[in-house]
Amino acid sequence: MKVSSEPLWWAFFGAGGALSALCLPALLFLLALAMPLGWIEAPGYEAARDLVHHPLARLFLFALISLSLLHWSHRFRYTLYDGLQLKHLESLIVVFCYGGAIIGSAFTAFVLWQL
Amino acid sequence: MSRPGPKQHPMSHATRYRKYHPKLYRTRMPIFWWVRRWTHVRFITRELTSVFVAFYAIELLFLLWTLTLGQEAYDDFLAWLQTPLALALNTIAFLMILYHSITWFNLAPKALVVRVGEVRIPPVAIAGLNYAGWVVLSAALAWFILSA
Amino acid sequence: MTQQTIALEVFRYRPEQEHEPTFQTYEVPLRKDWVVLDALNYIKDEIDGTLTFRWSCRMGVCGSCGMMINGTPVLTCAAFLETYQPGPVRIEPLANFPVVRDLVILMSDFMEKLGRVKPWIMTDKEKPVAEGEYLQTPTQLADFKQYSMCINCMLCYSACPVYGLEPDFIGPAAIALAQRYNLDSRDEGNAERMEVLSQDDGIWQCTLVGECSAVCPKAVDPAGAIQRYKVASTNDWWRSKLMPWGK
Repeated sequence: MKVSSEPLWWAFFGAGGALSALCLPALLFLLALAMPLGWIEAPGYEAARDLVHHPLARLFLFALISLSLLHWSHRFRYTLYDGLQLKHLESLIVVFCYGGAIIGSAFTAFVLWQL
Repeated sequence: MSRPGPKQHPMSHATRYRKYHPKLYRTRMPIFWWVRRWTHVRFITRELTSVFVAFYAIELLFLLWTLTLGQEAYDDFLAWLQTPLALALNTIAFLMILYHSITWFNLAPKALVVRVGEVRIPPVAIAGLNYAGWVVLSAALAWFILSA
Repeated sequence: MTQQTIALEVFRYRPEQEHEPTFQTYEVPLRKDWVVLDALNYIKDEIDGTLTFRWSCRMGVCGSCGMMINGTPVLTCAAFLETYQPGPVRIEPLANFPVVRDLVILMSDFMEKLGRVKPWIMTDKEKPVAEGEYLQTPTQLADFKQYSMCINCMLCYSACPVYGLEPDFIGPAAIALAQRYNLDSRDEGNAERMEVLSQDDGIWQCTLVGECSAVCPKAVDPAGAIQRYKVASTNDWWRSKLMPWGK
């Protein structure tokens, strides 16, 4: 009997869902709404670089971004199956979703390494 | 058990064995089955919040990327964030991500059933702990960003 | 003037005379104490004896009388006719199952899946009678009692869109009943059931729509049972990958 490999992706889905639910609202509100609208002052280039330079900050950002992408990949895969009945395109969807998330995570690591 | 023979009279009372041939009726689910009931619309909306989670994760990634590209790239991106298009997209993303958070925390008790000794932690407490964590983490993130 | 009668639009399918189903409308008395099952029995007794449907206990414990009323799966013995005023009331067989005739569906798929999860106490070695009975504290009973309330009415299968889309999906009730035994302190069959449930057509197609728990007449909460099992199965899988030497 073949045991499913779903637990791998579901674990990422769960971790990503939790982390994004806890952290993204505040980050989005501050960085994408409050600052552009001038309610708070945006940090300058050097100040921003200093902020993210700390290894723990970069580790946190890597976890947040890559797990958020992996959360999307698992959930969106099933939304395509159930919402648009595209289960017959399973191979394509799996590559697009998980592959996309993995590439995104790799690029995130690449960017954070340079900070 | 007797079988129908070629000479059996149709009015005879001898038992006849007829194989059960059900002609079953099956319906197919339409592709847009989820627009017909409000609970299903809410379900699909909840699932689509993952797209906005990915959207903002990528936007955050982009912001970090501009930090590696130089002052001009960073400033250009901040300027773009002020355009009406960016503000509209980010507002929608914010609302959808909020919906993700709320539905996630409300569903957490379904997956996490914890018994401490003899007492089972009530579901509302599990959800409450999630919300509390949300407040604490948001405050911490705000403090970090505002202190820059 | 208060309403005296109510119209019931009933799904009819007579395979010996038609290829496609039709709807037949009956006017039944609107009695204050009647449930929809009473109205169906009135139709069968007084108006049209050819109407076919399942029912038994008429008090919500046997699980036989499940049907779709206005698109929602309910036990017809628990649905008061008055709540559907002014009508008409649309009655159809349980969704996501093949229809045999009129309001009767074929439940073989569910029966097969139920058997697959081995819903009985499994022990490595059976305890001899001389040793006495299995003892259980009230807390141990509370761990699984909710899932033992399932009456196999299959309303959850009708409400589950995933089961409608993927007939292979093992389904809410089967998983809830597997959990009823997994969480029972007397049972040792967790590993055997995990082999069945951790397949692709086991728990993993569930996307927590939650409709199963919403329609369950016995508050079994199969959605909760499934989510708990996802956590358990995931822990088990990761443990087997990261620490393969154990067990």
